[in-house]
Amino acid sequence: MEHFNIVILVLLVITALLALRVKDLLSASMIFGIYSFLICLLWAEMGAVDVAFTEAAVGAGVSAVFLIATVYNTKRRSSD
Amino acid sequence: MQDFIQNFVQPHFNYWAYVIVMMIGFWALIAKRNLIKKLIGMSIFQSAIILFYVSLGVKDGATIPIIDHHQPAPIHEVSQEGHDAHYNSHGEEEAHHHKPVAAEFVNPLPHVLMLTAIVVGVATLGVALAVSQSIYKDFGTLEEHEILEQIKTGDFHD
Amino acid sequence: MKWLALLAVCATGSLLIYGVSDFPDWGSANSPANGGVEGAGASISEVFIEETETLTKVPNIVTAVLADYRGYDTMFETVVIFAAGMAIFAIIRVMRDTEQTQDKTQLDSSVDGDHQRIIVGTTCRILIPVIQLFALYVVAHGHHSPGGGFQGGVILGASFILIGLAGNLETAMQRFSEKQFVSMACIGIFIYAGFGLLGQFLGGDFLEYGVLQKVLLTDGEPMARSHSMLGVEIGVALTVTAIMFAIYANLASKGELKNGL
Repeated sequence: MEHFNIVILVLLVITALLALRVKDLLSASMIFGIYSFLICLLWAEMGAVDVAFTEAAVGAGVSAVFLIATVYNTKRRSSD
Repeated sequence: MQDFIQNFVQPHFNYWAYVIVMMIGFWALIAKRNLIKKLIGMSIFQSAIILFYVSLGVKDGATIPIIDHHQPAPIHEVSQEGHDAHYNSHGEEEAHHHKPVAAEFVNPLPHVLMLTAIVVGVATLGVALAVSQSIYKDFGTLEEHEILEQIKTGDFHD
Repeated sequence: MKWLALLAVCATGSLLIYGVSDFPDWGSANSPANGGVEGAGASISEVFIEETETLTKVPNIVTAVLADYRGYDTMFETVVIFAAGMAIFAIIRVMRDTEQTQDKTQLDSSVDGDHQRIIVGTTCRILIPVIQLFALYVVAHGHHSPGGGFQGGVILGASFILIGLAGNLETAMQRFSEKQFVSMACIGIFIYAGFGLLGQFLGGDFLEYGVLQKVLLTDGEPMARSHSMLGVEIGVALTVTAIMFAIYANLASKGELKNGL
């Protein structure tokens, strides 16, 4: 289980950096969704099934949609 | 070297990773100029803290905090005595007999606290996004330095 | 500015990593959070694990703690979600009708757009009832499996969001209008608070479910607590569903609630 943890944690740091690095905000929102799914996997592995379920529904689903809805109504490019 | 990894790195590397993720979110919150990027950073910060909190409840070799009451032994006893006996005085005694052991289940309390925090987090993210949309309507931009410039010169339509 | 931020972040991070070295080992069952402090008796989580099944007849300890032991906390979390929804109404909802945005729908229904809508629309028409049924199952079965009011509510809200994404916002608003979702959010909180007040009327404390056995006609207090938890979860699910869709509808249409994403 330790190897699983290491892989997910490395991916977590990479996706977190990537979500903040890309200049296209739509891609940033989608990468943020991937980040949420990785966290959800981590919680499922820890035995926190209820929390993992909530994160899968909320973080990966609804909050990405909220971000995309805002990006759609504002600018898609970001300066940094 | 082996000792150092065994005693120092192995028990704590998960916590280090959470601190690193939190640092990434915190840095974005301060240094990024786009408001949406700041909000993504805020969410990363928040989820790192939730991650840390849930991880406090982990126990080695424990199972998920749902008690499995479909074990063969109790059901067999119930079917012999009928339904009424299970729910009345006898049921109490029986449940006492099969009392769950705390060490076998993951600590449920951090899960409860963080479950509500996640849903409240998305609701507050929605409020923050609404505020940034209304800023965009007034200033025509989501870049922090441009907004500050416009406030300084008074060059925006309210 | 950037270097200053990096400095502050690195200082915070190194302090936290220094603090981590004093932590109990990963997965230790004897850490203060899991095993309690020595000499102070069992920790509260141990009591929850050992007593929940006997006292409430709910196998999912997380649901039992959420809706019963910490019911007061969950009630106000629901109120926070409700308040967030109302805050969004206050911030971006525009009440006047704007005529210019009308042209946008004409542009949307170009030939290309139509072709996309046929595939996506048909798929979603098949998928949405399944999603909604699953959401109701998650709410109703939250005692025995992972799930409950928050998760089921979010999934149910997401199914309405999917209608809005697949077709247009107006289609979704026809099925779930503004009047309906605002009143639904209020009804959810009233159901939750109503269970609390009902306990008070029957001579117990606020949110004491055990005394509700006179009303719910169950045999024994544990079953009354189990059933009240279901009622409370339904209240949470109603509020969360309504607010999730309300937030989406307002964000997607800049507060006009039409011609959205």
